[in-house]
Amino acid sequence: MKKYTNTGNKDTRSGFGAGLTELGQKNENVVALCADLIGSLKMDDFKKNHPERFFQVGIAEANMIGMAAGMTIGGKIPFTGTFANFSTGRVYDQIRQSVAYSGKNVKICASHAGLTLGEDGATHQILEDIGLMKMLPGMTVINTCDYNQTKAATLAIADHDGPVYLRFGRPSVPNFTPENGTFEIGKAVMLNEGTDVTIIATGHLVWEALEAAEALEAKGISAEVINIHTIKPLDEEAILKSVAKTGCVVTAEEHNILGGLGESVARTLALNNPAPQEFVAVNDSFGESGTPDQLMEKYKLNDTAIVEAAEKVIKRK
Amino acid sequence: MKPNTQQLNDLAIQVRRDILRMVHAVNSGHPGGSLGCTEFMVALYQAIMDRKEGFDMDGINEDIFFLSNGHISPVFYSVLARSGYFPVSELATFRKLDSRLQGHPTTHEGLPGIRMASGSLGQGLSVAVGAAQTKKLNGDKHLVYSLHGDGELQEGQNWEAIMYASAYKVDNLIATIDVNGKQIDGPTDEVLNMGSIGAKFLAFGWDVVEIQLGNNIEAIIAGMLEAKARTGKGRPVCVLLHTEMGNGVDYMMHTHAWHGKAPNDEQLAKAMEQNQITLGDY
Repeated sequence: MKKYTNTGNKDTRSGFGAGLTELGQKNENVVALCADLIGSLKMDDFKKNHPERFFQVGIAEANMIGMAAGMTIGGKIPFTGTFANFSTGRVYDQIRQSVAYSGKNVKICASHAGLTLGEDGATHQILEDIGLMKMLPGMTVINTCDYNQTKAATLAIADHDGPVYLRFGRPSVPNFTPENGTFEIGKAVMLNEGTDVTIIATGHLVWEALEAAEALEAKGISAEVINIHTIKPLDEEAILKSVAKTGCVVTAEEHNILGGLGESVARTLALNNPAPQEFVAVNDSFGESGTPDQLMEKYKLNDTAIVEAAEKVIKRK
Repeated sequence: MKPNTQQLNDLAIQVRRDILRMVHAVNSGHPGGSLGCTEFMVALYQAIMDRKEGFDMDGINEDIFFLSNGHISPVFYSVLARSGYFPVSELATFRKLDSRLQGHPTTHEGLPGIRMASGSLGQGLSVAVGAAQTKKLNGDKHLVYSLHGDGELQEGQNWEAIMYASAYKVDNLIATIDVNGKQIDGPTDEVLNMGSIGAKFLAFGWDVVEIQLGNNIEAIIAGMLEAKARTGKGRPVCVLLHTEMGNGVDYMMHTHAWHGKAPNDEQLAKAMEQNQITLGDY
C-alpha cells in the first residue's frame, strides 16, 4: 500500500489557528468571535493582528452564535470559536433558528471534540455533535483529520457561502496530509486503494485507518482507505464506487455510533447498494476521564479496533 | 416627506384591520401583542427609521430592524407591506401553505423586509448587537433597532447580550421592550416577576428611555427621537414602551386572553366596527 509519512505530531486546533491567521490577512470580511477560550482555540494571532475584527464575548455562547448571525448582515464572515460541546449542544436552538433556518454565513469552529479531549471527562467530551449538526438543513459538517487538513479546511470554508460546522480536536496527532493542500468541501479523499474492504474514516480515526490498512496488508487483506472530511454533504459517489468494488465497509469515527458518519454511510448504502458494515464508534455512551490514548483504547477507537472490524465485516460478505 | 400624525393614525387603524383579518382568516396567530405594538411599528417604519428604497439583506447605509418576539408577525407583515416591501395583497396568504408569510417571520422564504428568523424567543437582541457591530466595522453611521416582549426577557440569552452591549459600548443600537405586562400564562408579575426592568437595564449599563403612552403615535415619536438622540454616547439605549395588549379592540384589551387566539366571525365584525377602513383592506 501507499505509505504515508507523519511529518511530526501536531494538534488540529493549531491548524485552525494557522488558517484563521492567514484568513485575517487575505479576507478583510472575516471576523472572529470567541467565548473565553482564545488560547485553547489558537485564536491569539488573529486577535493580535486584527483586534478590531476580534470579538471576545465572554462565557456566553448563546449570545456569541446570535451575534455571529447578526454580523453577517452587512457582509462579514464570522468564525466562532469554543469547545465542540459548547459550540453545538449548548446553543442548538440558536444555531437552528438564527443561523441554519435564517441561512446565515456563520462558521462554527469547534475544538476539543470527542474523547481525545481527555482528562476533563464526559461533560466536555461531546460525542453527539456531528449528529446534531448534520440534522440541520443547509448545514455543512466537516471533521478534519490532521493539522494540514484543518488549516486547508479553515481557508476553504471562508469561500463557501452558507453555515458550516468545522470540528477538530485537542491532542497532537500525526500530520500526514499535504502541506498547503487543496480542500474541496464534500469531496472524499482516496488514501489507499484496495479490493477486500473499504475503510471510511473521519477526523482522528483517519490515521488509525491507515495504520489498520498496513496491519491488514500484512495479513493479506487489501483495504481501501477513504478520508471523509465532509460528513455533510456526503460524497456518496465515492462511497458507492468503493463498496461496489470491495463489497463491505468499516466506518470509523470519534463519535457516538448514533448519528455519526457511520449512519450516513449506512443510509447511503441502504438506499443504493446494501452491503455489510461494521461501525468503529462509541457505543451510545458518554466518555470519562483518562488520557486520550487510554480512552481511544478503552472505547475501541483505534487501529486495532478497525482491523478487528475489517476482519469481521469481510466474513459477512 | 414624512407623514403627519393624522396619516399615521389612519395607517395604524388600517394595520389593525389587517392584523385582525389575517388571524381571523386562518383562525390562528397572535393578535394581542400585534395590536399593542401597532402604533410603534407604524411610527418606527414611517417616521423614525432612515430606510432605503427596496430591500437588500445587508442593509448598508440605512437603519435596520429586528423583531425578536416573532409571534407578533401580523403587525410586522402589515407594516412591511404597507411600507412598500411587498404587495399588500400578499397579506391574504398569512400562515397558509406555500406562503412567504410564515407563522413566525423568516428569511427562508425570501420575504423582503425580514433579515432574521424569529419565534423561538430571546435570540433577537444578540442578532441586533451583532448587526450593530458590523455597522461599526463598516463605518456605517446608521442605527439598529429591535423589538422584544417583556416576558421574553425571561430568556437568559437576553442578559448575555445586554451585558455584552454595555461592556463593548454598542451605542448604535436601540432595543425597545414592549412592556404590556402580559404573557401566555398571565401577568408577567405572576408568571415570573422580573421586578423593575428599567432598573435592570440601568444596572447593566444601558441608557433607558420610557414611553409611558406606548399606543400614542406622538408620544412614541417623541420618545424614539429622544432615544435616537442618546445613541453614539457610549451606551446602548433601551426603550421601555408601555403598551396595552389588544389595543384598539375593546374586548381584547386589559386581558392576556388574546395573546394567541383569533376572533370568530362575530368578534371580527365587532372589531371591524371599532376600526373603520382608512386606506383600504387588502
